[in-house]
Amino acid sequence: MSDLALYLPGRSVVHRTAPGVKLALLAVLGVALVWLREPWQIALAAALVAVGYAASGLGPGVVVRQLRVLVWFLLALGLYQLWASGWERAAVVVGSIVVLVLAAGLVTLTTRTTDLTATLTRACRPLRRLGVDPDRVGLLVALGIRAVPQVVTIATEVRDAQRARGVVFAPRAYVVAVVVRSLRTAELLGDALVARGLDD
Amino acid sequence: MPLIEIADVRHVVGQAGARRVVLDELDVRLDEQRIGVVGANGSGKSTFARLLNGLVLPTAGRVVVGGFDTRSHGRDVRRRVGFCFTDPDAQIVMPTVAEDVAFGLQRRGRDRAEIDATVRRALTDVGLDHLADSPAHSLSGGEKQLLALCSVLVTEPDLLVLDEPTTLLDLRNAARIAEVVAGLRQQVVLVTHQLDLLDAYDRVLVFDQGRLVADDTPAAAVAAYRALMA
Ligand SMILES: Nc1ncnc2c1ncn2[C@@H]1O[C@H](COP(=O)(O)OP(=O)(O)O)[C@@H](O)[C@H]1O
Ligand SMILES: [Mg+2]
Repeated sequence: MSDLALYLPGRSVVHRTAPGVKLALLAVLGVALVWLREPWQIALAAALVAVGYAASGLGPGVVVRQLRVLVWFLLALGLYQLWASGWERAAVVVGSIVVLVLAAGLVTLTTRTTDLTATLTRACRPLRRLGVDPDRVGLLVALGIRAVPQVVTIATEVRDAQRARGVVFAPRAYVVAVVVRSLRTAELLGDALVARGLDD
Repeated sequence: MPLIEIADVRHVVGQAGARRVVLDELDVRLDEQRIGVVGANGSGKSTFARLLNGLVLPTAGRVVVGGFDTRSHGRDVRRRVGFCFTDPDAQIVMPTVAEDVAFGLQRRGRDRAEIDATVRRALTDVGLDHLADSPAHSLSGGEKQLLALCSVLVTEPDLLVLDEPTTLLDLRNAARIAEVVAGLRQQVVLVTHQLDLLDAYDRVLVFDQGRLVADDTPAAAVAAYRALMA
């Protein structure tokens, strides 16, 4: 569960495609998904992403692991849409999210974070005039990717700690504990960044 | 060895009403190659360690490392002082092993090929080269701490400050860290509860409730510490 969306080395055609091209395709797909209304259109987008995965040689296990994290959320969303707007809308909404998550996963799984951030940094350069520091954008993305498994670990440990003490369902205590520990980790991370020359 | 000068330092934390003196009447000059720091939990060791790279600026007094005041020349100090924290997870900032080691180098503007070669060498030195492309979070606790140490050493600091680097590790991994640290040519300040690591040290400081209560050879300082804890 904690190996979601992290670079898996490989030599496939997808791995070798320039990070800029992959990011651009992902952006196009993201925009397109907002406009797609018909289930067959989503199916087409899904087929494209499936071709990408097949070409990447990552295997079906990777796809399952990424979706497993979202399964309850998607189920709840799908049921609500089914009840509120019918099966077509439910299929489009859930399908779009699945396609987008898997497509984003395909990019991060086949691209080194350094290449990804370097490309983003370059793409953000024109924004410098608006006061955006492109290097900071790249660093933030890398930190975000690094933070995902850390938060997952914290969430798992807090749940285990609650279970060990016989707590079955205490959503508020759970959320508070996860947030507090995540903030503590973020604070330490900030110190480490300064200690390692962030302000150089 | 860079000279560490700590002059009349006092450090207070908290808001008015809940103030707390964390360090007081601290006045030492350190130029030995191996300096140990011991003391009970909450005695001020981490605060002392963080003074040395300017992560903590003292409420009063001055800290000067290698001629640079931590208050006015924080960057210059941090370029020369490497810092290793207790929790390896919190100091690994990049998603994969090689990327984390490269982090400090990129910020110093080296080119890609040079960085890659340096990273390889650094990882080989600590025996982590086979994990170069692994996600950092997939490492064991001991490997993570080795990675954290490697990422700091790759920038070639003159002084390495380690705040309880082995506290969260098992004996074998603690020994590996100790081995790497023992082999360094740099000046080292090591905060630890593992007193045997300090046997061959040049000087050991003992803190108690924010005060430096002993400053001696390892044997004498450890004896003073044990007496204090009895
Ligand atoms: N920023 C801070 N805010 C509040 N209390 C602090 C802060 N920094 C240190 N302290 C307190 O100062 C005391 C000494 O802390 P520390 O230097 O971490 O000791 P040690 O590392 O020896 O355990 C502890 O009681 C700690 O809670
Ligand atoms: Mg401490």
